[in-house]
Amino acid sequence: MKENLKIQSYCRITNNSIVVNGQSVFENKAAVFPEILKLAYRQLNLNYPKFFKMDTLSRLAFLSAELLLKGSHNSNTAIVLSNRSGSLDTDLKHQQTIDSGDYPSPSIFVYTLPNIGTGEIAIRHKLRSENAFFVFEEFNAEFLQDYSSILINSAKSEQVLCGWVEVDNHNIDGFMFLAGKQGEYDLDTNIIEKLYKA
Amino acid sequence: MRKGIYISAPSVLTPLGFTMEENLSAIKRGEIGIELHRNPKMLDRPFYASLVDSENLDKSFSELANPDAFTKLEKMMILSLKKTLEMSGSNITPGSALIIATTKGNIDLLEKDAADIDRKELSQLAGVIKDFFKFQKPPVVLSNACVSGLMAVSVGKRLMENDSCNEVFIVSGDIVSAFTLSGFDAFKAYSDKPCKPYSKYRNGITLGEAAASVLISSKGDSVGSAEILGERSCNDANHISGPSRTGEGLFRAINGALEDSELGPEHIDAICAHGTATLYNDEMEAIAFDRAKLTHVPLNSLKGYYGHTTGAAGLLEAIIAIESMNENTLYPSAGMDEAGVSKPLNIISRLESKPIRHLLKTSSGFGGINTAVVFRKNSSK
Repeated sequence: MKENLKIQSYCRITNNSIVVNGQSVFENKAAVFPEILKLAYRQLNLNYPKFFKMDTLSRLAFLSAELLLKGSHNSNTAIVLSNRSGSLDTDLKHQQTIDSGDYPSPSIFVYTLPNIGTGEIAIRHKLRSENAFFVFEEFNAEFLQDYSSILINSAKSEQVLCGWVEVDNHNIDGFMFLAGKQGEYDLDTNIIEKLYKA
Repeated sequence: MRKGIYISAPSVLTPLGFTMEENLSAIKRGEIGIELHRNPKMLDRPFYASLVDSENLDKSFSELANPDAFTKLEKMMILSLKKTLEMSGSNITPGSALIIATTKGNIDLLEKDAADIDRKELSQLAGVIKDFFKFQKPPVVLSNACVSGLMAVSVGKRLMENDSCNEVFIVSGDIVSAFTLSGFDAFKAYSDKPCKPYSKYRNGITLGEAAASVLISSKGDSVGSAEILGERSCNDANHISGPSRTGEGLFRAINGALEDSELGPEHIDAICAHGTATLYNDEMEAIAFDRAKLTHVPLNSLKGYYGHTTGAAGLLEAIIAIESMNENTLYPSAGMDEAGVSKPLNIISRLESKPIRHLLKTSSGFGGINTAVVFRKNSSK
């Protein structure tokens, strides 16, 4: 029996602002890419030095998860992320070290996989759960709705931390929501689309 | 009653051959795809790798389209998927889904002297495959490190169970490039000889190139089919690049897949494991298999034949293992000599007949992710 699933909370991170459940939690019009992530880390008083080792994509995924999971959460929370350019931002950095004849850095290379951010979230919140990283031409609300519903309806997961984490040369485009059995909004494609575009 | 979801119409393209027959007979002859290569553009010293010959590839591809208009990986994926389509007897309809499993896609296009073609993004690679075969749904790229190929099978099954599509075509593939070679070399994880999974003398991975494709559908009667019985993925929540010392994620993934299949460890007849031949990965697997009470089950890693084909590995290896199940034959784990893990595993040392009804395939990857899938021999045929 398929339940009527809900969106419990959501957050939106762009170059200059962070909005959680429609409320602005951080804004800095002067912040240049990708500064906002560090500024927000400080303002939120997070104490997680590993954050500074992460690449921009992982920082974006990590911060979004921090904002949504800071209250209590179920340990069986799946992490399902997506974007358009995979880890291209960090791929270019690794390629530069090869091209310049320098010895490649293992600490850069490890971030040349887009799913590393799901691992960072899993470690931080001790989530030994389902993960997946998908890549689409554009934000795909239909697939995110479908896949997160499948995980909960098949009892593989209790909740799903689900979203879009895109980082390219000049822009951060992050949107994440926590899907589960309770919440204000229906887990519906049109609503996901609307919250992303808001 | 649960509805059966099947994997069928398997096709692989590897250095051991561009057809299933060539690959299976090479494995039975004990032939491996790994060779010593000298290419200073890729690595500053000779290296072992399992590489697809570009001339042969272009020759085969020219029967389909102009080889100059596509990248190496695109040609490998298109050739493989074309065979799956032909074998499946299915036509692409508006309800056909396409999953592309890859870690790095056209990563060689980042190199300075790469052709002037802008397909660096995984979504662009997906667009090329979609357009070539005229799929109508937006393609789904799964890029989940070294479990991508196997996880695609479980994602396919989930989409089918949910009636999200009529059928799912999966194509997986990755190439070897200066990008990946230098990265694993920097990690001190690249073997100076052909990789030796589970051996006492193993000292790292050997990279390989491959494409593999299948159809996931509710049709149990198509070529080379097996039922996808249960599947699960679990994160270790331990380290982004180091395997868990307790094998926690893999142990949980295996248990989840068995539970999903309504089977116990005593029902598993063969295991095709991940076995990358790094010190830590193989040890982690041994611990997980021990905890899952599976150390008695005949097990192999196919990395000794193909190297680590990263995003393609899980699907390529599942396909070969399903063939071994369907012909009731255990394939030896190439590169194995003296066991070098702390828990005794039943590593297959020679080609051998054995009735196989249930097969377990596992994969693990960076980011701490582990995937396990149980396949059952298709008895409805």
